[in-house]
Amino acid sequence: MKKVVINEKISENSYLIGIEDKEIIKNFIPGQFCVIMAKESSERIPLTIYDYDDKGIVYLIYQVIGASTKELSMIKDSIYSLSGPMGRPSEICMNYKEYLDKKIIYVAGGVGIAPVYPQVKYLKSKGVSCDIIYGARNKDLLLIRDKIEELANVTYATDDGSFGIKGNVCDALKKNIKKYDYCVAIGPVIMMKFVCELTKKYHLKTIVSMNPIMVDGSGMCGACRCMVDGKMKFACIEGPEFDGHLVDFDSALKRLNIYKEEEKEKMILMDKKMEANNGR
Amino acid sequence: MEDKKTVMRTLSSNIRNKTFEEVELGYNDLEAKKEASRCLNCKNPRCVKGCPVGIMIPKFIEAIRNNNLKKAYEIISESSNLPAICGRVCPQEKQCEKMCIKGLKGDAIAIGSLERYVADYANEHELGLKSKIKENGKKIAIIGSGPSGLSCAYTLRKEGFSVTIYEVLHKLGGVLTYGIPEFRLPKKIVQHEVEKLSKMGVNIVTDTLVGNTISIKELEKDYDYIFIGTGAGLPKFMGIEGEDANEVFSANEILTRVNLMESYKNDSTTPIKKGKICYVIGGGNVAMDAVRTVKRLGMEAHLMYRRDEKSLPARKMEITHAKEEGVIFHFLENPTKIIKDNDNHVIGMETVDMKVLDEGEDGKKKIVPIDNSKNIVKCDMIIMALGTNPNKSVLNNSNIKVDDKGLIMTEDSVTNRKKVYAGGDAVTGAATVILAMEAGKKAAFKIIDSEKCKNK
Repeated sequence: MKKVVINEKISENSYLIGIEDKEIIKNFIPGQFCVIMAKESSERIPLTIYDYDDKGIVYLIYQVIGASTKELSMIKDSIYSLSGPMGRPSEICMNYKEYLDKKIIYVAGGVGIAPVYPQVKYLKSKGVSCDIIYGARNKDLLLIRDKIEELANVTYATDDGSFGIKGNVCDALKKNIKKYDYCVAIGPVIMMKFVCELTKKYHLKTIVSMNPIMVDGSGMCGACRCMVDGKMKFACIEGPEFDGHLVDFDSALKRLNIYKEEEKEKMILMDKKMEANNGR
Repeated sequence: MEDKKTVMRTLSSNIRNKTFEEVELGYNDLEAKKEASRCLNCKNPRCVKGCPVGIMIPKFIEAIRNNNLKKAYEIISESSNLPAICGRVCPQEKQCEKMCIKGLKGDAIAIGSLERYVADYANEHELGLKSKIKENGKKIAIIGSGPSGLSCAYTLRKEGFSVTIYEVLHKLGGVLTYGIPEFRLPKKIVQHEVEKLSKMGVNIVTDTLVGNTISIKELEKDYDYIFIGTGAGLPKFMGIEGEDANEVFSANEILTRVNLMESYKNDSTTPIKKGKICYVIGGGNVAMDAVRTVKRLGMEAHLMYRRDEKSLPARKMEITHAKEEGVIFHFLENPTKIIKDNDNHVIGMETVDMKVLDEGEDGKKKIVPIDNSKNIVKCDMIIMALGTNPNKSVLNNSNIKVDDKGLIMTEDSVTNRKKVYAGGDAVTGAATVILAMEAGKKAAFKIIDSEKCKNK
């Protein structure tokens, strides 16, 4: 069991959870993720590490999309398990020295800002500066604005125009795309796909962070396999970051639906259980 | 004396193929004594030579005959650290029982069943907990809590080492927990072994991916010795077209979802896919476990193996049980393509027929596809049980040498780093529980020897 110090709603369906775990932070380099279990009977959920502090608290941001994340959102005192850091660190963070004089753009969509934040923070501490384009459906879904604005020039894009430019991240990126040498895009698969289609035209190298279904997160189950340059890759140990111009996004998108029906059933079951508990 | 062995009672096949309860029910006292009385107590027991860990088999069987189960357990424990597990999962027909002289004219002694009987008795009566351990002040980190790690931990803890086990998952046992299903190896048996270790004072650290959370280099600073028993965990796929289809799974994934995450239970939030017609590709124990699991989840369960029936590498009992439970077998057939619809769902596969050629120089029969043979198989779920590769993540930042297959190179259990030992599937490639257990024990003895040399 690990102590939970905070677990609160930060937007319509996003939560911030803080967990005491000194071990995970010791060797963490941005780009890596961890696997969390709310209770012993819970699913293992892979989440990127968003931030940590010197008291040994790890912070994660997650979206409530199914039974497992809903269950996590109801946790108050402690969680059953947290393991990590899993996966490979971000290439740009590992080799930041090669990027000192490069123009770098981070493109984030929705909760994709959570994995972007520690990378930009880490790079800034090493003297590499970056710009950020951050998009969401509307103003209320834009997270941690004050924190990212401390680190970088941020351009916002909202579908309804309620904040920043009206349009998506690609519309924002198009305006200045020629000025950048390196792009990192993290967000919904469909967003990463569109960003990559755009940057490919401009020969702008683009790294994406894949978020496939996983069980163990250590290479054992093969659920997270992605097609990259026609080869099968396990996102958990060979990723999660890949060259976006080589990723088969259509396959990745479809594979996110593997348990769609089962998830719905679990959700109904859970709601029933909660109703029964409330009735008592 | 009778020539037939005492058959272990099982749940009836039509009941058990719908539940995850243990299939084999074990011997009662009468049955065990009856079976024990069949043993000839040979002067030169061939069975012992067939046992990878050299259990003094006729001696423990004699103790059963003499109603001294405590002694029987002590005899087994001299050689084996996990008898309740090995009694259940060892391929006895290829080891001890294959060598049994009785097998020449009738049934071999059911050695595995007797081992299980003794071990279950010992667990029930809490036998074998050594009361006092004399600490020797030496520290060892064991990476991985599968059979090799558990066995290494036992052996060293008994000698007084301070032992810490690191496990990446939230539960201990490795393949015993995530891989082998409840109906073959109840999790309470594995749990019992783990509890025994913690009662002996072994430290257990879960949720830790060595190589990422902490590196072997860092462990080397804190420990006198390190043992790597991380197994071979990476599932293989075929590399054929359409393998990224949504309902193509590795056997590891299905088994982990069912065994470790208990997704067959209602209160588990881990989902499991249930197709109508499911094909498991492969013929080893993992394939049998997967196909029998699928059957229990209510699917029409098929197993497709590219060689013939007598080449099936799985344990004989599992093949028999799978057949009894209604698994449909297809031999000499191999998939060449997964057929999927526009939404990435599996709707079938293309397969070819295979034929066996004469034995090659290595004694293994070659198989080749038959020209122009092409079948279309209708199905909506496919599970690959093709074996596993070692996982190199553990070696991140460690300078431990591996061969071109990624297997850790050792000499007498020692790697190229003199404090670091390794054993089990991580060294040999995918093998059996008993061999991994033996490798863990062997490394432990090497470590004990090395300590003794230092003190001289």
